[in-house]
Amino acid sequence: MTVDSSAARKPRRSAAGKAGTTGSSTGTTGTKRTTRTTKKSTDPELVQLLTPEGERVKNAEYDAYVAGITPEELRGLYRDMVLTRRFDAEATSLQRQGELGLWASLLGQEAAQIGSGRALRDDDYVFPTYREHGVAWCRGVDPANLLGMFRGVNNGGWDPNSNNFHLYTIVIGSQTLHATGYAMGVAKDGADSAVIAYFGDGASSQGDVAESFTFSAVYNAPVVFFCQNNQWAISEPTEKQTRVPLYQRAQGYGFPGVRVDGNDVLACLAVTKWALERARNGEGPTLVEAYTYRMGAHTTSDDPTRYRGDEERQSWEAKDPILRLRRFLEASNHADEGFFAELEAESEALGRRVREAVRSMPDPDHFAMFENVYADGHALVDEERAQFAAYQASFADAEAEGV
Amino acid sequence: MAAETKTMALAKAINESLRRALETDPKVLVMGEDVGKLGGVFRVTDGLQKDFGESRVIDTPLAESGIVGTAIGLALRGYRPVVEIQFDGFVFPAYDQIVTQLAKMHARALGKVKMPVVIRIPYGGGIGAVEHHSESPESLFAHVAGLKVVSPSNASDAYWMMQQAIQSDDPVIYFEPKRRYWDKGEVSTDAIPGPLHKAQVVREGTDLTLAAYGPMVKLCQEVANAAAEEGKSLEVLDLRSVSPLDFDTIQASVEKTRRLVVVHEAPVFFGSGAEIAARITERCFYHLEAPVLRVGGYHAPYPPARLEEEYLPGLDRVLDAVDRALAY
Repeated sequence: MTVDSSAARKPRRSAAGKAGTTGSSTGTTGTKRTTRTTKKSTDPELVQLLTPEGERVKNAEYDAYVAGITPEELRGLYRDMVLTRRFDAEATSLQRQGELGLWASLLGQEAAQIGSGRALRDDDYVFPTYREHGVAWCRGVDPANLLGMFRGVNNGGWDPNSNNFHLYTIVIGSQTLHATGYAMGVAKDGADSAVIAYFGDGASSQGDVAESFTFSAVYNAPVVFFCQNNQWAISEPTEKQTRVPLYQRAQGYGFPGVRVDGNDVLACLAVTKWALERARNGEGPTLVEAYTYRMGAHTTSDDPTRYRGDEERQSWEAKDPILRLRRFLEASNHADEGFFAELEAESEALGRRVREAVRSMPDPDHFAMFENVYADGHALVDEERAQFAAYQASFADAEAEGV
Repeated sequence: MAAETKTMALAKAINESLRRALETDPKVLVMGEDVGKLGGVFRVTDGLQKDFGESRVIDTPLAESGIVGTAIGLALRGYRPVVEIQFDGFVFPAYDQIVTQLAKMHARALGKVKMPVVIRIPYGGGIGAVEHHSESPESLFAHVAGLKVVSPSNASDAYWMMQQAIQSDDPVIYFEPKRRYWDKGEVSTDAIPGPLHKAQVVREGTDLTLAAYGPMVKLCQEVANAAAEEGKSLEVLDLRSVSPLDFDTIQASVEKTRRLVVVHEAPVFFGSGAEIAARITERCFYHLEAPVLRVGGYHAPYPPARLEEEYLPGLDRVLDAVDRALAY
């Protein structure tokens, strides 16, 4: 009973000094950070395996993590991204049609989400923000389930434990602490599962995120912090959140941070696998900054024309995550016209299915608001439910009397 | 566990209760600042880390939101964390996690996850402390659906209510009356406790009901003694639970005595006494001989220690309210 199971997960320093990462072992001056050995990437800090043109570039550190990937798996990543984008577009349309109250689009972030999502094992646990539709797809959460909260019929509602995919968290950054606590539990259980916490550049300013870095480092928790830096926190650019590249924050907490091309699904897959492996091996937390772009509005209530120009978006369109994998698949003859045509049809079918599911989603029962407020019940909830029932019943009486 | 009755201080009763929970359920964890080797600043967790290890009695970084946020994650993993917030005035960094996450998670998940987290908060004044060490923020938690809020007044309740709070699948904010930590009482470790959220009549009377919880129960008993010398018969209720509140017991008492004075250290304005007054007025409108009166803190920041006796409800101030109620 007094055994400290976390002792079995003593940090190993094997990842020390990894190129392109920062960590506790890079020297007390913090100036010894090595630069990347592979120079194809335009940004020396950015891990990239596929260029925007779809060219596969070698990377000494991370190639091993995607070395065995088959053409079928590559097509699978492509399919995941296309279907996620199709689902996302359908949801945006459904909001415009009044079927959803709000939608937070992931347009542009497909590679970051599918790459990281497909790096996970079934027994790993995901703590998402409210924009992780691609990760949810990877976890097998029914896309229609994600729409309940945006339609206003529930506040989440899927069983987090059936897919190891926690509920969407709206309060920015809160879930990073839940992920850390969950990971502390994983370590106590002596399991080799890992936990991944998603958050964004805006959330990086939250105290909870800072505290989750502290706790995870102190307890050496098996958690990967996956920050999608999509450049914008509603209207505020990343410069309003930080004066240093976000991945470098990890150094101050004593664990590695790495910036990956968030529009490169292969690089996101490889880097996340590396970070998860560290967690499983007892090497503690890792910060992955997926450098990407929010192509759409923050949500359907937002108007990006008030704070950013078209040129910026156009420059990111050239780096589209789906287009670059398609170029690679075509150039390497891993996919033919038949594959793309079939996927197109599957996409449309998904759109239809989601549309129909949303339109037929019933409003909740009036009494649903009193359900599950407490697990063990509460006298006041019972009393107010009864009052509400009596009030509702008074209308039925009035109708019966023809009032 | 061998059946026995022991006399112990309230703080020790909580310690013994935590020890029993750690012994009987391997999923129970104790977390907080200085809860390990030091045993907490009030020694409530004294000796627990030595006997149960650093993995179960966890000294945390000095970050309250982090403590509660990670406790939520641990609960999601199947643990039952009992976290300590060192002082009442330090809970606010964790308030966001408590209100937006802990309280709502069960409903958000349509019942599919549970949040068996106990948050221990030493609260209240009367110990001559510096700022932020003497507050009574219970109403701020009682106002939030999804939370349960309790406060024991004596060693036996401290022991058993902690057992019940840990066994609860709902988050429980467990307010510990820090000025009563050293008050001794009998604790029977094989008793069959009453329901966690049921109020108790601790002194029967006929002329007026005093309702209190936590540190003010003892004061109200002293008030009742003093009033008895003047020939007034006061009934004293130990409410024990602020959310849910046992209005049935208050109602039964008020229907008998026809007068009610509510006493708490927290500011009167929007305090639990306001809710009690409103609901008891509604329930007992035709029984009441006087408006429900409240005695509590003032609408001012908790004052420096040299003024706290003026700020806190004391014997005379409660007796004054009793007299005013009886004068109607």
